[in-house]
Amino acid sequence: MSDHARLTLRGGRVLDPASGTDALLDVHIEGGRIIGLGAAPDSARAQVIDVSGRWVLPGLVDLSGQVGSPDALSRGELLAAAAGGITQLAAAPRVDAGLDSPAVIGRLRDGARALGLLRLAPIGALTAGLAGEQLAELGLLRRAGCRLVGQGGQPIGARVLRRAFEYARGHDLTVVVDAEDAQLAAGGCMHEGAVSAQLGLTGIPVAAEVAALSLTLALATTCDTRVHLHGVSSAAGVAMLRAAKSAGLPVTADTPIWNLHHTDLDIGAYDPAFHLRPPLREAGDRAALREALADGTLDAVCSDHRPFDGEAKRQPFARCAAGVAGFEALLPLLLALVHEHELPLPRALAAVTSGPAAVLGDGGRLTVGALADVCVVDPDRTWTVDASTWRSGAQCTPVWGRTLRGRVLLTLLGGQVVYRLQEPADGR
Amino acid sequence: MPSSISDTQLAAALEQLAGACARLALPDPLLVGIETGGVWLARWLHARLGVSAPLASLDAGFYRDDLRLGGLKGQVRPSSLPTSVDGRHILLIDDVLHTGRTVQAALRELFDFGRPACVRLAVLVDRGGRELPIRADAVGLTLDVPAGQRLRLSGPDPLHLALEAA
Amino acid sequence: MSDLSGLAQRLGAVQYDAQGRLRHLLTLEGLRRDTLEELFTLADSLVEVGARSVKNVPLLRGKTVVLLFFEASTRTRTTFEIAAKRLSADVVTLDVPASSTSKGESLLDTIANLQAMQTDAFVMRHADSGAAHLVASHVAPQVAVINAGDGCHAHPTQALLDLYTIRQRRGNVAGMKVAIVGDVLHSRVARSQLAGLRLLGVTDIRLVGPATLVPQRLAQLGARVCHDPREGLADVDVVMMLRLQRERMAGGFVPSDREYFELYGLTEQALKVARPDALVLHPGPINRGVEIASAVADGGRSLILPQVTNGIAIRMAVLAQTAGRGADTDV
Repeated sequence: MSDHARLTLRGGRVLDPASGTDALLDVHIEGGRIIGLGAAPDSARAQVIDVSGRWVLPGLVDLSGQVGSPDALSRGELLAAAAGGITQLAAAPRVDAGLDSPAVIGRLRDGARALGLLRLAPIGALTAGLAGEQLAELGLLRRAGCRLVGQGGQPIGARVLRRAFEYARGHDLTVVVDAEDAQLAAGGCMHEGAVSAQLGLTGIPVAAEVAALSLTLALATTCDTRVHLHGVSSAAGVAMLRAAKSAGLPVTADTPIWNLHHTDLDIGAYDPAFHLRPPLREAGDRAALREALADGTLDAVCSDHRPFDGEAKRQPFARCAAGVAGFEALLPLLLALVHEHELPLPRALAAVTSGPAAVLGDGGRLTVGALADVCVVDPDRTWTVDASTWRSGAQCTPVWGRTLRGRVLLTLLGGQVVYRLQEPADGR
Repeated sequence: MPSSISDTQLAAALEQLAGACARLALPDPLLVGIETGGVWLARWLHARLGVSAPLASLDAGFYRDDLRLGGLKGQVRPSSLPTSVDGRHILLIDDVLHTGRTVQAALRELFDFGRPACVRLAVLVDRGGRELPIRADAVGLTLDVPAGQRLRLSGPDPLHLALEAA
Repeated sequence: MSDLSGLAQRLGAVQYDAQGRLRHLLTLEGLRRDTLEELFTLADSLVEVGARSVKNVPLLRGKTVVLLFFEASTRTRTTFEIAAKRLSADVVTLDVPASSTSKGESLLDTIANLQAMQTDAFVMRHADSGAAHLVASHVAPQVAVINAGDGCHAHPTQALLDLYTIRQRRGNVAGMKVAIVGDVLHSRVARSQLAGLRLLGVTDIRLVGPATLVPQRLAQLGARVCHDPREGLADVDVVMMLRLQRERMAGGFVPSDREYFELYGLTEQALKVARPDALVLHPGPINRGVEIASAVADGGRSLILPQVTNGIAIRMAVLAQTAGRGADTDV
């Protein structure tokens, strides 16, 4: 379909947290943007896709997911993201990826644009080589298109972090900080508590999160820098976040979808699908995260998609790579919380649209004039996660074999269909 | 077919067995009972025949030929044998002789303890149905036991022989 | 607590086959009480085999047992080797130093290759917690896995022989007061002992040591944490000692050997608060003058030597039950 042809999504329930819209509206798309909601702006001929009975949402915004390195983007994983309804993705910088170089940032964005499956919002490196010593060329990274910079979980001393905060402030950058102090977390592969004591595994104490948050919030106060906390996982962390927001600090935060559903007990007999970072903590922490999501203390939920292949997850627990595939589970698991009455629907949807979009500075809305990044969802369709339904190449995930409720049927990027659910029973 | 052997019949069988053992005339015999019925029987014979060498016992549970099929079944009691049976005249004692496999297992164990001069077999009841070339040298009673049933000796004192479903 | 017992059940359940027979021995967590008793009874009968001149029985004749030790250990490996040979098994010993696995084959690839050579049982020691469970979930249905120690998690045969030795001397252990002294945090022996003691009805268990090695959260495993040995050893029937490893000094857990011995060393003086007939156990090898005084290690309360003898019988019993399980009737 060419850019100039009109596309109409007819008869769907449009849910847009950014504008508070929840109504049956047709969506009219042309030139890669939304040109009308409800009545057509004119009588031009349009290709019509019937989405009656479906939800029409802004394309989802995921603040954390890995899809390969700048020179080797994985088309398969990008497609998995599209299958999850995700149209905008931020990926934490990795040590090998060279994201302290504006040229590399450029190649990353170009590569993603060429594949045309989603918009990649790169998180640039805060320090050169992520080594935590020299500042990266933050000004040039900003010009190359980074709105966010971070250490990708690599350690950094307080003094350098302070300088980085100050410098970033001067370039209108948001600093992403992992909610974990590297030294206190060292050697840990799960939450430090009764379960780690039983399993004989080194744990990551809540103190690691509290320490990181303390330092970060203190510096955010001093430097007035916009900070995004990635991977809040504990009740204590939530409490600090809530206090910081009450005090008016420019801080936002996310939590991975897994921490809203699981606890350390789910590791069971050393199941590598639950070796995650941030670690799954206790029931009380999970409850606090749900509350924080419901009351807006948490701005976003991310997938934290890490598509590790077989070998990386077929090791003894502590040696496994931390993280699992999750793009396609993000929306159904979020909707599960709504079904269980743990979360109102508008909050759940905001957590993957307007919330994270505010952190990135763009997108996540279905309003006239916005880019036509859309996903069409059947909220009640059940499906079982297996090799025939899961698009990601990584099969190590907590939802493997589980039946989920809620599935993305169609994803549009700039008005182009980048994903459509293929099903034998699909009448369309 | 009676449901049990009466005490009178049992006493007669025991005497018959004792006589047959005596007639074997083993020099300084070592009596070895096979757990558990054989051990009770051996204790009785040991006293009745006035044997001087201490009574020995073995279980043979570790030497059964059907371990590969079903693993260990039930408890295996420790064996109690002298360190070496080299040159001994052994009277191996069991309560019921049927297929012969228990005796075969017992012989396997016995020969791990050395090279006896000879091994004679004494059984209270020979019920036929041999699957191996094994025969008793002294028998108390020969009895035809129908398939699906088995004889069980209870003890140690008093001894009682009953017929029950297998 | 109930959440943790559910976890223990999950860890233990994988050890049984479809007919409820013991197929692997990975941990004492979630083990059935009757399984424990059966193993002890079998060990009773197998002890006698060690006293014969021909020290074997044909229980595992024709079976191949592979000893796969990723962590160096002469004593445990040797007793397993002896145990397997006394059951007439063919024994293959592989000492795999940790460095070669990190650059070579993965653990599961090593297992797959060995299985292709008709292995019936693996006895494995590995530096990572959970390694035994990982291997058990990947072996063929007829293969048994016996954990000879996985990281800090479990060392079930050691705990079994410890409990067996106490039982041999004192009979039923239910209701006894037991202290486990030393580096509990890093001890797979201690975790298995805890599970085994609780299975046998011991409820008064004290974990004794400095707070770095016995942090408060260990109390959730079903014991009382005591940083003062006078409190921890008060009135106990049994003291189970743990080794203090050199690495703990380097890791900042304890300041020095001297301080450790002064405060936590098991001496005659320290034992004064225990019952006069209290028993002392140690998995060995002992660090004289660090965690235990020679006088105690060599004294009348010490069960250290019987522990070694019983180790062979217990490991024979475990191998006989698992590797000697017999064909699955409904595979």
